Amino acid sequence: MSTQAPVLMIIAPLIASIFITLIGWFRPKFSHPIAVISLLISSIASIQVFQMVLSNGPQQYFLGNWPAPFGIEYVIDHLNSLLLVTISVVATLVALYAKRSVEKELPDKLANYYTLFVLLVTGLLGISITGDAFNLYVLLEIAALTSYALIAFAKGRSLMATFNYVMMGSIGACFYLLGVGYLFIKTGTLNMTNLSQILVSLHMSQAVLVGFVLIILGMWVKMAFFPVHGWLSNAYTYAPTASTCLIAPLMTKVSVYVMIRVMTSVFSTEYVFNHLSWHLVVVAMASVAILVGSMMALSQRDLKKCMTYLVVAEIGYMVGGAWLGNPAGMTGATYHIIADAAMTACLFMAVGCIIYKHGHTSLDTMKGIFRKMPLTMLGFVVGMLSMIGVPPTCGFFSKWYLISGAIEAGQWHFMLALLFSSLVNAIIFFRIIEIGFFGSLGSETPDPHEHQDVAVKEAPLSMVLPMLVVAGALIGIGIYTSDIISLVIQPLISATF
Amino acid sequence: MWHPVLILSIALAAAFLILLTGERRENLRESWTFIAGGIMLYGLFQLLPGVLNGQILRHSVLNVFPNVDIAFWVDPFGLLFAFIAVGLWIPTSLYSIGYMRPLKEHAQTRYFACFAIAISATVGVAFSANLFTLYLFYELLSLSTYPLVAHHQDAQAREGSRKYLTYLLGTSIGLALPAMILVYGLTGTLTFSEMGVFGGGISAGLQVSLLLLFLFGFAKSGLMPFHSWLPGAMVAPTPVSALLHAVAVVKVGVFSVLRVLTGIFGIDLLAGSHLSTIACIIASITLITASLIALTQDSLKRRLAFSTVGQLAYIILGCSVASIVGVQASMLHIAMHAFGKITLFFCAGAIFVATGKKYISQMVGLGKQMPWTMLAFFIGSLSVIGLPPTGGFISKWYLIMGALDADKVWVVVVYLVSSILNAAYFLPIVYRAFFCSDEDSQYKDEVKEAPLPALIPPLLTASGCLLLFYYHDTLFKLAQLAVGG
Amino acid sequence: MLQELIASYNYIIVVVIMMIGLWAMLAKQNLIKKCIGMAIFQTGIILFYISMGAKKGSTLPILEHAHDGAHHAVVAAHYANPLTQILMLTAIVVGVATLGVALTLAQKVYQQNRSYHEDKILEKLSK
Repeated sequence: MSTQAPVLMIIAPLIASIFITLIGWFRPKFSHPIAVISLLISSIASIQVFQMVLSNGPQQYFLGNWPAPFGIEYVIDHLNSLLLVTISVVATLVALYAKRSVEKELPDKLANYYTLFVLLVTGLLGISITGDAFNLYVLLEIAALTSYALIAFAKGRSLMATFNYVMMGSIGACFYLLGVGYLFIKTGTLNMTNLSQILVSLHMSQAVLVGFVLIILGMWVKMAFFPVHGWLSNAYTYAPTASTCLIAPLMTKVSVYVMIRVMTSVFSTEYVFNHLSWHLVVVAMASVAILVGSMMALSQRDLKKCMTYLVVAEIGYMVGGAWLGNPAGMTGATYHIIADAAMTACLFMAVGCIIYKHGHTSLDTMKGIFRKMPLTMLGFVVGMLSMIGVPPTCGFFSKWYLISGAIEAGQWHFMLALLFSSLVNAIIFFRIIEIGFFGSLGSETPDPHEHQDVAVKEAPLSMVLPMLVVAGALIGIGIYTSDIISLVIQPLISATF
Repeated sequence: MWHPVLILSIALAAAFLILLTGERRENLRESWTFIAGGIMLYGLFQLLPGVLNGQILRHSVLNVFPNVDIAFWVDPFGLLFAFIAVGLWIPTSLYSIGYMRPLKEHAQTRYFACFAIAISATVGVAFSANLFTLYLFYELLSLSTYPLVAHHQDAQAREGSRKYLTYLLGTSIGLALPAMILVYGLTGTLTFSEMGVFGGGISAGLQVSLLLLFLFGFAKSGLMPFHSWLPGAMVAPTPVSALLHAVAVVKVGVFSVLRVLTGIFGIDLLAGSHLSTIACIIASITLITASLIALTQDSLKRRLAFSTVGQLAYIILGCSVASIVGVQASMLHIAMHAFGKITLFFCAGAIFVATGKKYISQMVGLGKQMPWTMLAFFIGSLSVIGLPPTGGFISKWYLIMGALDADKVWVVVVYLVSSILNAAYFLPIVYRAFFCSDEDSQYKDEVKEAPLPALIPPLLTASGCLLLFYYHDTLFKLAQLAVGG
Repeated sequence: MLQELIASYNYIIVVVIMMIGLWAMLAKQNLIKKCIGMAIFQTGIILFYISMGAKKGSTLPILEHAHDGAHHAVVAAHYANPLTQILMLTAIVVGVATLGVALTLAQKVYQQNRSYHEDKILEKLSK
């Protein structure tokens, strides 16, 4: 292959991490520009790769020119090309957004913070691009280790939350590694393409079954799928603003990607849905995940915490969609990876802006917030509308495909769970609007004139602008749904079903 | 070249300009509304000849799913509805000025901007060529009217607006959306067509469930038991109640139901199965119950609200009998009821501005102090009851003809009973306002008519009610073109 | 059946080790013990990989006749599978790093709350 874009996209942030450490030691203020530049390079490379995939089909890249089964292979097909663009672009925007917020929250640790920041992005991009099962484990742990540190930066309550996250994250990764070991025993290879070719003849093997189960379980722990979702909420809530904005949209979504990759590329839908046929149990679990996530979100008094439980519910969307066992569901799940990454990013960025101004996000601070921070709330409203699933935001379209998939598969409970979650999101949204309009929930006689003359106190432009870009993207993704589906997801679906 | 997208974006542009102009230059701010309304009305008139010649303008903006676009068309029914919405927006804006300024309401910029967005959404619903586009604008309308309902920002407004959104969003997401996805899954299309989209192969049980999902899913149409958002939303300022809850929002509800019944199910399917009867029964129950409840209300606006619930059921009932004349009549009734009900709301608001009174029991003898207002009120009530010489008579006449055409005599009985109830809850108000001895009158000489901007609009729409009795040819032509040709 | 179990005794031992580690991670209250559990779990996996690559009578996967290796055919049975060992070198590095992070966090938590006991810490935090 002539172009080096696939490796450039990984190398740029990796090398930047070294430079940030070196230069940032003496000149901390340089660390932010270096991070942004490296992520920009990464974004441009990923867009270039995306265009190549669109015009020429799936691409392969052999690291160090070692051929496939021996060396590590990068495979970029339709499934991950768009994910790579999403990761790099969201990361770039969050990096821009992070500047003021990190300066405020962690003024004396700029260099350390941005080093870890770009390393995390390296890990996430690597997970998505690699075609090697063991390489994936290593990158998974790189991403995990950096995210532990990024969360623990906040001190205080985040430490204990991170410790739990470390325990659960390690268990997840170990399960994955163990599962890969089982597959390795049976096949003698770690290359995913190679694995899938050999596994075709091994469908009856118990060891392969155990390997599959372990890998999927590991990923479920990593993505905080019900019932192993407990670690997520606290870890994300108490993390520094910028860390949540980066980790919440991308980390769990990448785990979902790995699950779908294993289900469709390493194994086959034939194996997962026809041979095993316990996918309906998983869909039921997904329904419960959505219900539990929504209920927990509803009962929170703190906006950020409430959002973290919405993430748990959204994971249920994607796992359920992927396991419905029909093209519509898989389409919905894949599309929702992109849509949800943008949605979560938008919401957490808006929440971050509020934290920047108020220091916390208990629901009572939302009083008069629309007048105080109109731009922030504009982004929040768009994000929330997408969560509810109001057209033309992208959240509507993923819900559309997931519900069609549920109907096609006859999984009515999944459909009801999706609708329930939409309604709960609507309630959460309007509760905040209500507080914005009427003041705190408890007060019996809200006074409309009380907050008429509140001056506009918006978060800095460097935070608001990236958020608004993401909010615009929510509508943009929604409008271009049919293109995304037909160009990117359809080839994948037709190859797997 | 006039175009549905252009027309609805004029209102959006107006909203934007209103926000830009802001609170300080209020005359300039309000003039945007009138300019936009004028241009839109002109545009609609430009579209009229083509539609009357039987052309249907179609325009697809964007493809979203296979076979589903964000698409618009200008069909007779949609045009008729757009005429009503835009046409009544202009007097309502005038009225808003007369209502909001004397009462020194806060946040008027937000108010007028949301109003413009709501009109834009209404026009969008009117011109939607498929269910998906309709749903999109339907949701936009729910969201953009929320700040209007919550306008006062006090405890009562909180209750009302909470109910408003719970009912509207809850039903549209919980019922209408799955129904829409089901239809798409079964047929692969959502485009309205006179023959319906189902063809043959849908089981009766599925048809009935879809019918129920759609009827209750579009809760803006106020069918019981999903009606109680409407009286709740009466906490809004009166101009809002007038336009949105007598014209735009509720009519969008029935418009959507009519579109689904005629364009998704198709009249033939309705007439040829039990679906028609089921829909008729649901509508009839709402019709009678709402009229009975209206009798018991003392707050004038609440009485009007329950009257609206009943009249909306008329429209759905007219369509549900599934005869050509019935459907035409229900389309006509959308227009007639709009003029009548908006007049009544205008009068209620004018009374409130002039006297500060909200309750019917406080209005004895008011006719002598506010003769013009009460005259308009009288004409409006006649139209809603369906007595000549008002437009309401025409549409009710055809409604009954439609029911007879479909051999549903019991529906005729329902119509008549309800009309008597309508008379029973409206006429006493007028009677006691005009004919009472001076001792009984609660008003001595101190009360005057409301200021002119609040007085002219009800007189305008009241004369509209009268004129429609004589000049309803174009409207009827549109309704005829819309069904059966 | 018994034959099979005895034949693959190494795997059984590995599974037992892993379960001990997992149990400690999940059930122990003391943060340091959790860390120890994690280390045991990871070691179990490393042993699992190593034992799958091992062969009876084989030696380290380093070619003895490297200087003139071309003259001798390499007999695969004489050497352990090098791939698993290399993989585990990486896994050990990852494991050490994770353990380091976990221990650091445990230490920080202790400095903050003066306790390693999970319940006591949570009790303190919820105040």
